[in-house]
Amino acid sequence: MTSALPHTKTAGGGPETTGPVPAGPPSGRRTPGASVRRALVRALPVSPALVLLLLFLAGPIAYCAWIAFTDLQLTGQAHSSFVGLANFRKAFADEEFINAVWLTLVFTVVSSLLGQNTLGLALATLMQRASKPVRTLTGGVVITAWVLPEVVAGFLLYAFFRREGTLDAILRWLHLPTQNWLFTLPILAVSFANVWRGTAFSMLVYSAALNEIPSEITEAAQVDGAGGWRRMWHITLPMIRRSIGTNLMLNTLQTLSVFGLIWVMTRGGPGNKSQTLPLYMYEQAFQNSMIGYATAVALLLLVVGSLFSLVYLRLLRTEV
Amino acid sequence: MAPTVTLAARRRSRRLAADAGLLAVAAAFSLPLAWVLLSSVDPHADLRVKAPDGLTLANFDAILKQDITFTPLLNSLILCGGGTLLTVVCAALAAYPLSRFRSRLNRPFLLTILFATSLPITAVMVPVYALFVQVNLIDTMQGTILFFAASQLPFAIWLMKNFMDGVPKELEEAAWTDGASSLQSLVRIVLPLMGPGVAVVTVFSFVMMWGNFFVPFMLLLTPDQIPASVSINEFFGNRGMVAYGQLAAFSIVYSTPVILLYVLIARRLGGGFALGGAVKG
Repeated sequence: MTSALPHTKTAGGGPETTGPVPAGPPSGRRTPGASVRRALVRALPVSPALVLLLLFLAGPIAYCAWIAFTDLQLTGQAHSSFVGLANFRKAFADEEFINAVWLTLVFTVVSSLLGQNTLGLALATLMQRASKPVRTLTGGVVITAWVLPEVVAGFLLYAFFRREGTLDAILRWLHLPTQNWLFTLPILAVSFANVWRGTAFSMLVYSAALNEIPSEITEAAQVDGAGGWRRMWHITLPMIRRSIGTNLMLNTLQTLSVFGLIWVMTRGGPGNKSQTLPLYMYEQAFQNSMIGYATAVALLLLVVGSLFSLVYLRLLRTEV
Repeated sequence: MAPTVTLAARRRSRRLAADAGLLAVAAAFSLPLAWVLLSSVDPHADLRVKAPDGLTLANFDAILKQDITFTPLLNSLILCGGGTLLTVVCAALAAYPLSRFRSRLNRPFLLTILFATSLPITAVMVPVYALFVQVNLIDTMQGTILFFAASQLPFAIWLMKNFMDGVPKELEEAAWTDGASSLQSLVRIVLPLMGPGVAVVTVFSFVMMWGNFFVPFMLLLTPDQIPASVSINEFFGNRGMVAYGQLAAFSIVYSTPVILLYVLIARRLGGGFALGGAVKG
C-alpha cells in the first residue's frame, strides 16, 4: 500500500550517501578513491535541493505514513499511541468518508475528465482552424482564468453561481427557471468552477500536440474524403494519444488536490454536499482535532495520487 | 479549378464555424472576469454582471489600506520572493550535475523528481502541520518559505534540467580548459545562456506560490503574517460578502502581479507558454 513511499526515500537518499558514479568520461583511468571523491564533488551542488526535499517533502510523507496509524490529536495530548489499522477501519465505516470519496470521484470525472480535458481538446482543435484574432482573444480569456489565484477564481465563480449572480440573471432573461446553484447542486457548481479555472492547461497541451501533426497527413485524409469526425477519431486522436495520457494524469492529480476553490465557494457545504476528500481531511483535523485520523485519509489520498503519478511516469518513461 | 474553389469555400465556412465556437466559449469564460472588472468601479456592486451605476474609485480607496492590502501583499511578496529565490538557486545547482555529468543515479533521481512533481501536496499538509508544531516552525515565515521551496522544487529541477540540456556543452569545455570550476561555468556561462529558461522557472514558481491558498492557510496563524491569498478569504469570506465592490477591487490588486508576470514570459517565449511542452518532457 505504501510501496510508493519507500521508493521516494531510497531513490531520493541515494545520491547523498553514495554519490553519482561517473560513467567513464574520456579522462583516463584514476584510482578508485579519486574517482569517488570526484563523484562526490560533482554531486555536491545537488545537496541543498536534496536536503530541502528530504526534510520538507520526504520527511512529511514518512511522518504521514507513521501518524496515520496513531491516534494523535490536535490538542492537549501527552502522547499518542499506535492504533494499527483502526483509523482506516473507522474511515471505511464512516458515511461521511464514503460521501467524500464519491464526491471526489464526481468532482474528478466531471471537472477533469469530461470538462477540462474535452473542452481543452475542443478549443485546441477549433484554434487550428480559427482566424488569428479570435484565437488570440479566446486564448487570452481562457488563460487569464487559469493564471488568476485560486481564491480569486473561487470568489468570481461564487458570484457567478449565487442566486443573485450572473448565471441566474441570464436564465431569468431567457425565461428559464433559476435556483441557488451553490445550494441545489454544489458539487456541479464547484466542478464547473474547476473547468473554468483549469481548461487552459489542457488547451495548451493539446495545442502543442496538434501543432506537431504534419499537415500533409490530415490533408491526405481530407482528399481521400474522410470527414471531420472520422479524421479526428482515426488520425488526430491516435497521433496525440501520448499527450492525452499525460494531460489526463496531470489534470486528475491537480483536481484531486483542489482545496481553496471549493473552500471559498461552499466550505464543503451545504451540509457535506460538496465536501471532497481534501475538505473532509481538513475538517477532521481541525474541527474534530483528529490529526491521526485525518492523516490516514491524507495517506489514502497520497496513495491514490502516487498510483496516478506512477502511471504518468510510465507514460513518460522513454523521455527521461 | 472547381474542386479548389469548393475546397477554399469549405475552408472558409469551417473557419467561420470555428470562430463562432471559440467566441461562444470566450464569452462564457469572460462573464466572471467581466464581473470583477465592472464591480470594482461600481459604487453599488452586487453579484451579477451589469453596467456600473457610474464610475468610482471608492472601492479601491477603501481597500488600499495598511491592514487590508499592503501588509498582506508585503507578506505575499516576502513568502513568494523568498520561496522562489530558494527554489531557483537550489534547482539551478541541482540541475547542473544532472545535465552535465553522466551517472548511474541520474535516471532514478530524475524519475523520483518527476514522481514528486505530481504528488498531491494538499494531502501532506496535515502531517506537515503536525510536524511543524513539533519542531516549532508553525506560524513562522521561514518555515512556510522552506516548505514552499520544497514543494515547488521537483518541478523546478525538472524544468531547469530540461532547459539546461539545451545549452551546448562545448561552450563550457573551453572554460574548463581555462581552469574554471563547475560553479564558475554554471554562473558565468550556462545560466546567462538559458536566461529565458531561468525566467520561466522563476515566474512559474512565483505564480504558483502567489496563488497558493492551502499552504499559508495551514502554516501561518498570526494575522499580521498571513499573505493576500489567505487574507482575502478572512476579510471578505467571514464578513458575509457584503462589500462586493471592495472584494472585486482587492481581487484585481492581488491578481495583477501574476497576470503581468505571465504576460512577460509568454511574450518572451513567443506566444505559447512552454509549460505544455515542458511538462511533456
